[in-house]
Amino acid sequence: MDRIETYLAMGGYWAYVWSALAVTAAVMIGQVVTTLRTLRRRETALAELEARRQRRRASIGEQAAR
Amino acid sequence: MHRFANPGRFMRFGAALLPWTTAGAILCLAIGLVWGFVFAPPDYQQGEAVRIIYIHVPAAWMAMFIYTCIALASASALIWRHPLGDLIARASSPLGAGFAFIALVTGSLWGRPMWGTYWVWDARLTSMLILFFLYLGHMALLNAFDDQSRGNKAAAILAIIGFINVPIIKFSVDGWSTLHQGESIFRMGGPTIDPSILIPLMISALGFTLFFISLLLIRVRSEFLAARLRAVAAAAGR
Repeated sequence: MDRIETYLAMGGYWAYVWSALAVTAAVMIGQVVTTLRTLRRRETALAELEARRQRRRASIGEQAAR
Repeated sequence: MHRFANPGRFMRFGAALLPWTTAGAILCLAIGLVWGFVFAPPDYQQGEAVRIIYIHVPAAWMAMFIYTCIALASASALIWRHPLGDLIARASSPLGAGFAFIALVTGSLWGRPMWGTYWVWDARLTSMLILFFLYLGHMALLNAFDDQSRGNKAAAILAIIGFINVPIIKFSVDGWSTLHQGESIFRMGGPTIDPSILIPLMISALGFTLFFISLLLIRVRSEFLAARLRAVAAAAGR
């Protein structure tokens, strides 16, 4: 227990060391999350658009056949 | 290199590369940071505060490296009209801004106990702050026009002109008086950092680089999809 406390205290510099690491982690995790979220949003939007276009093309085909 | 300037080919190449860069990033970041923050020895002068080096230095390197990538991509987009150049510049900018921000904040948190101040307006810190603002300006210009190709062009010109700041950052600790320590790694006569700190630092830096490459591959694909979305929407609107 003592060893963990000594480690976490970082020789008295704990506030600087751990907040530096926390800011870094927050920014980098944020980058991953926003990147993946944007990609997924665009993939769904594109899939919907393509599906709508295909439906429209199919209905035009039906009308032409009639 | 020209073979990869075709977006479709780049996308297939990127998809094949992505699992490797992602695994490498996770591995190197885990090893480098655990080594640095747990096993590496404290500095004889700075004590445990020196551990900030394992994130501060890689983040600062990435901020400069990514800006260089953007300047090169912008030049290729302006001169040869490579469609990939604009996609890479657009995908990179927010990542570079993030690393510049990390370098500034962690540097400030390191400066307080070591120099006695969070901030000084010296050449190194000021030029790094300018780099951060260049990223913000680049991101703003990209989306400043309804016609995205005009935004791409304006941002590309800013990126190329702003590149002059990168060598200024690099050499800002040599010429001007500063609190920031001098170059201790990429210098004539070899690094002056002990291997016990240098090795975990290099592993961490490799992890940061692979992290950037992985996210860049995903984001270029994402920008490619966005361009296709706009094209499909424009065709449907006609």
